[in-house]
Amino acid sequence: MAPAETETPLPALEGLSGEFYRWCRQGELRFQRCADCRAWRHVPREMCAACGSARWAWERSCGRGRVFTWTVVVRAMHPAFAGRVPYAPAVIELEEGVRLLSRVVDCAPEDLAIDMPVEVAFEAATPEIALPAFRRARS
Amino acid sequence: MKDRACIVGIGETAYVRKPGSGLSPLGLQLQAALRAIDDAGLRPREIDGLLPFPNLGSAEELAANLGCESLRFAATLHVGGAAPVASLQAAAAAVSAGIARHVLLPAGWNGWSGSRARDAVALDVSAIPGGAIARDYYVPWGLTAPLQWYALLARRHMHEFGTRPEQLGAIAVAMRKHAQRNPRAVMHGRPMTLDDHLASPMLADPYRLLDCCLETDGAAAVVVTSAERAGDLARRPVYVMGAASGQPYPADEITNRRDVFRTGLSIAAPAAFRMAGIAPADVDFAEIYDCFTFEVLQQIEELGFCKRGEGGAFVEGGRIEPGGALPVNTHGGLLSEAHVLGMNHVVEAVRQLRGEAGERQVPGAEIGVVTGWGDFGDGSIAVLRR
Repeated sequence: MAPAETETPLPALEGLSGEFYRWCRQGELRFQRCADCRAWRHVPREMCAACGSARWAWERSCGRGRVFTWTVVVRAMHPAFAGRVPYAPAVIELEEGVRLLSRVVDCAPEDLAIDMPVEVAFEAATPEIALPAFRRARS
Repeated sequence: MKDRACIVGIGETAYVRKPGSGLSPLGLQLQAALRAIDDAGLRPREIDGLLPFPNLGSAEELAANLGCESLRFAATLHVGGAAPVASLQAAAAAVSAGIARHVLLPAGWNGWSGSRARDAVALDVSAIPGGAIARDYYVPWGLTAPLQWYALLARRHMHEFGTRPEQLGAIAVAMRKHAQRNPRAVMHGRPMTLDDHLASPMLADPYRLLDCCLETDGAAAVVVTSAERAGDLARRPVYVMGAASGQPYPADEITNRRDVFRTGLSIAAPAAFRMAGIAPADVDFAEIYDCFTFEVLQQIEELGFCKRGEGGAFVEGGRIEPGGALPVNTHGGLLSEAHVLGMNHVVEAVRQLRGEAGERQVPGAEIGVVTGWGDFGDGSIAVLRR
């Protein structure tokens, strides 16, 4: 298989997603928040589905959340991840209410539990891209 | 639209898991299409509506090969595995409204000898709605395939409702038992036990190998016509009593749903039963899109066959097996007949309602339900009667 096909796939950094990941690179987890009804949202959208407002800002998340659900990938379905099994993509529910797909980096897959408290811990994927990973909450 | 459209023709190729049918995906679909058109007693040029499956061929090339000279209704509904039944709904609407007379719904692929379904999304997420979201937020974490997306839902269901791996296994075992009565099924002659299921390798917890659909080569097709015209054709018509589609919210992102178990079918099922004027209890059998076992359980709940959270208990004790109170996937489904994108579910429902299902005929079958499930939980349903 050509090397290009086994490189870890990365986000494209286009548009609003590019803005999300630029904050991550600065070590800040930010989500869009409606300037009118104050609803948080993720993934990035052009407008607030709750109230219809197009006014919003990137506001900083407290970075704390809980494991909402997860799966343990034992057989990779993508060549880039074949050497990493078993690994556990997890959905994290932040205190702001939005959910984010991620991974709990300091927890073995068999120790994951729903509602486990976690906090954001960025992971440098390349010099340009940091992914919002999580670790077990310290407090 | 109730009872104003009928399925009048069905066709299938052989379903195989071996190299070299020698046919392209288009060739397979044409073979199934010709059989369906012939079954209806029509000629290809009489087809004036075409609803191809997403990303598996265009109406233009299908029409050009078949000789459909007067095509006047063509569309593809981009709802993944929900497309065959959503297309059935669209076809029923079209023939009811006089937009087209005879609508062809083909689906098929070389899912075994060509590129595997397991690879398709990982290597080209742009093929699905929500693809850019998957690229930017899921794939970098190694969440790259439908098996893994839905495993997240299955795990959450287990947490909230105590659903157990043995209950997922009961679904796989039931499909396999049905397949033993279907000589066309890839898993005919290969019975399976719950122990086999639990001993099969874990792929994406809680999904084991035997929770997963097959990868197969094959195609299936059906022809839909108005009820007035159906009486003049070759076969006993099967009536569309009700049909509906729906999308989860948001449909393009699977992690941020307030209610993670509210999928497209949660919206579609009540609409279809209302149109049909029947209740789930009136259904004699169900052909439920079974990409993975948990999706069957979840659809059983959202269809209203039981309450949410009770699907695990519902599928135990043989209820969905041959001879059970609600036989599910009487052909063996995607799990044990073949992965023909769910069009094989439509074909099987028609066979049952024609009374032509042979050894696996559900006695006295009068009303059947067929569903589709695709992408991040798009749903579709048709309530059919003889």
